[in-house]
Amino acid sequence: MARMKFLCDADRCIECNACVTACKNEHEVPWGINRRRVVTINDGKPGERSISMACMHCTDAPCAAVCPTNAFYTTADAVVLHSKDICIGCGYCFYACPFGAPQYPKVGNFGSRGKMDKCTYCAGGPEGDSTKAEFDKYGTNRLAQGKLPLCAEMCSTKSLLAGDGDIIAQIYKERVVKRGYGSGAWGWKTAYKETIAS
Amino acid sequence: MARFLARFFAQARFIVGALALLFVVTLGPVSAQQQPTSVNPTASAVKEDELLRQMRIISGRGTIPDAQSYNLEQPAGREWREFHQVTLPWIGAIAVLGMLALLVGFYLWRGMVKIERGRSGRTIVRFNAFERFTHWVTASCFIVLAISGLNITFGKSLLLPLLGPEAFTAWSQWGKYAHNYLSFPFTIGVVLIALIWITGNIPNKTDVEWLKRGGGMVGNDHPPAYRFNAGQKMIYWIVILGGTAVAVSGYLLMFPFYGTTVAGMQLAQIVHGIVGVLFVAAMLAHIYIGTIGMEGAFEAMGTGTVDENWAKQHHALWLTEEQARTGPNASQSQGQARAAATPAE
Repeated sequence: MARMKFLCDADRCIECNACVTACKNEHEVPWGINRRRVVTINDGKPGERSISMACMHCTDAPCAAVCPTNAFYTTADAVVLHSKDICIGCGYCFYACPFGAPQYPKVGNFGSRGKMDKCTYCAGGPEGDSTKAEFDKYGTNRLAQGKLPLCAEMCSTKSLLAGDGDIIAQIYKERVVKRGYGSGAWGWKTAYKETIAS
Repeated sequence: MARFLARFFAQARFIVGALALLFVVTLGPVSAQQQPTSVNPTASAVKEDELLRQMRIISGRGTIPDAQSYNLEQPAGREWREFHQVTLPWIGAIAVLGMLALLVGFYLWRGMVKIERGRSGRTIVRFNAFERFTHWVTASCFIVLAISGLNITFGKSLLLPLLGPEAFTAWSQWGKYAHNYLSFPFTIGVVLIALIWITGNIPNKTDVEWLKRGGGMVGNDHPPAYRFNAGQKMIYWIVILGGTAVAVSGYLLMFPFYGTTVAGMQLAQIVHGIVGVLFVAAMLAHIYIGTIGMEGAFEAMGTGTVDENWAKQHHALWLTEEQARTGPNASQSQGQARAAATPAE
């Protein structure tokens, strides 16, 4: 089985936010929740860089470790998913997540949290593949249809790569060799405890 | 000589010309090819490794309203995970189980502290209805808060295998609602406790003497005390200070990111968790002394009255004060009414 990963080639990201929009539209993500976002460091200054970030589907995921109800599980493709039927909306996964991926709908006053929502790597949830129940809770299950996450598929500069970790790492390495530079795979050290030599 | 120089210059001119031609022909196109590949357009841009060394949270600017989403990476989450998964369960287990073991051991060694002279049959009012109401509102909230709180830390390993995922989630969900909503009456209770019992809980010289003589729990000595002895004063201050700490940290957790960042939320959870489990341990001791640990103690908070002999034994100075204030007859007549009611209880 593949080991699915995301890789954002930061030298290519132009902060167009197409990945953010594609994700919101594909999964009909409610207002106030963003499964993916683009962060720009040193915006408008020398050294500016934009990176698209979502759940990185970590190895030994911190969210799963701290969850008080064991709502998380890892698929055969190493995608970290969760069950909204088991989640109680305590917010602990957000404190543990290195990438700020978990999102919570506001269900009451003063920011009281509903059941957590996050990037599913377009792989749905524990419900039957491509059922309405699955779509309502987690969005489209593109992986079940043999497709990769839409954010990466839509990326205008092919900055965001999704797929088997070894394959996208190889693509990135070839790019680095060809163009002669690369700023590394952002977040990989934190998520997977590995880096791509560049 | 002049002819030699002229020939040399002619040759040199030829060599220089040939070299220049060679330079234009070969180096020109080469440098034209190499120049673009040697320029890195993002060479000056920030690097992840540098940022991770410089700051605990890599953050920038985003285009969505949620300010928390501007944090790109916070490896510090790993430290919080370590606290939540390893440190807190250890502190909690040692505090709660340690206290339980201590109390069981103490009970086996000391047994129930009896009223030495037996009951006199005369009673004296110790806590009025409002004081008891405040105590029990706070206490019942505390029990629910303690159980639902311990469930968040220990439920996954202790209850989840027994109940199964669905039932455990239903239980934890109700626990979360109870924890959130009962925090309000609990906080009001702590504030009221602080106000109604502050007089009598200021430490003084009697407490030093009381502590030196083992407080009557260790050994058979009965050092005199006013309304609250040093042990009770300790419980009072644990409730006030601990209650304030759990309330403040709890409300920060309950209203996420109102003036806090993710680091602030992690800190609030750390404070809430540690103070919470220590609070539970302290209250176990309080419950022990108030029930099976001491004869005649529970009725102070139950019916509000205590036996005079109990008061003489544990709060001699308070009893003298009260009798001087109300006169011995007051407690006598009240005691007779109580004595008549006693057999029915």
